[in-house]
Amino acid sequence: MNALDFSLLVAACSFAAGLLGSLTGLGGGVVIVPLLALAFHVDIHYAIGASLMAVIATSSGAAAAYVREGFSNIRIGMFLEIATTFGAIFGAYLATITPTRGIAIVFGCILIFSAAISNRRRKPHGADTADSLATRLRLNGSFPVSGEKQSYNVRRVPLGFGLMFGAGTLSGLLGIGSGAVKVLAMDEAMQVPFKVSTTTSNFMIGVTAAASAGIYLSRGYIDPSLVMPVTLGVLAGSLVGAKLLVRARTRSIRIVFAIVIAALGVEMIFSGITGRF
Amino acid sequence: MPNSMPKAAPNPSRRPAADDAQLDIRISLLLRTGVLTSAFVILAGGILYLLRHAHDATHYKTFHGVPPHLHSLSGIVTAALHGDSLAIIQFGILLLIATPVARVVFSVVAFLLERDFLYVVISTIVLLVLLYSLIWH
Repeated sequence: MNALDFSLLVAACSFAAGLLGSLTGLGGGVVIVPLLALAFHVDIHYAIGASLMAVIATSSGAAAAYVREGFSNIRIGMFLEIATTFGAIFGAYLATITPTRGIAIVFGCILIFSAAISNRRRKPHGADTADSLATRLRLNGSFPVSGEKQSYNVRRVPLGFGLMFGAGTLSGLLGIGSGAVKVLAMDEAMQVPFKVSTTTSNFMIGVTAAASAGIYLSRGYIDPSLVMPVTLGVLAGSLVGAKLLVRARTRSIRIVFAIVIAALGVEMIFSGITGRF
Repeated sequence: MPNSMPKAAPNPSRRPAADDAQLDIRISLLLRTGVLTSAFVILAGGILYLLRHAHDATHYKTFHGVPPHLHSLSGIVTAALHGDSLAIIQFGILLLIATPVARVVFSVVAFLLERDFLYVVISTIVLLVLLYSLIWH
């Protein structure tokens, strides 16, 4: 395939990934690596490099909108970014020593996990009582609910912090935002209301990804001619998705997209085990 | 009128909400500007690349690593100034990576102005980790 056809085709697929990722809230980044590796036969290191750049673009683009609306908690985000950035550097080192097949298998497991938790019921309110560590770190906050401020408390900070290190490691190893793990750490461990955890997770993804980007760049994983169609496609798709979001019925789309993600996960594990990469 | 009107919040550890909103809006603007600028540079470099190399064969199947001059800031800037289309795209990518980093720098300054020293320390730690990865690595 020549460069022009390749770029246009990759840009179109990335647009679709960004659109679906934004409509479903599952993020477009998670399907970019399997798409490039399985459909376009791109080496997995180039694929995770391009995916990571798309993740930074969509995260920063979406965070710009969320931060303005006052849902994200900048203190929770900043505090947990200590864990995710250390994890991201660790993960990026792991990516340089892990064989391609190993990366593919771990990736497959994460895809299936993301699909599995995407339709679970989530708590709209936080915990009743505050945790003393959360209070000392000033993590408790409030967010707008139909014009009024509703306050919430944060709990089990050390557990959330530990899980965030794991989320950062996966982000650096696989070139994804690992929004699913971040949201789980905030929802389940720290009991942050889901509107706050979703937007704060998005806010953190760009900084986490930037921590592995330097290592990817110096190892030659960031190929400009591949990053160009992927990043522009995903970014445009996610911006269009954000505009459509108000009108679209997202539940059925989310179920279909979750099935696609799970199927890609199975395919990644299978390809990893049989050594097709 | 007694001058004991809302002077300080009941809990001194909490900031007034107005500061939060101001900070949020500035961060939002910073992120948007960074992403749009980098997307524009990547697009410009990409168009230039495709005009010159439309019929080249692609080479992503096996990993060779990107040429070394596209690994470092100085190499990228030098090549971009010579009109190398891949280096222009790579420069746009650097702007993209710099956007969340700039957000952290901005947070350090904002927390400093608010005299929230705990969060000055926390955001400085995050900044140092990012700089380690981007510069000293």
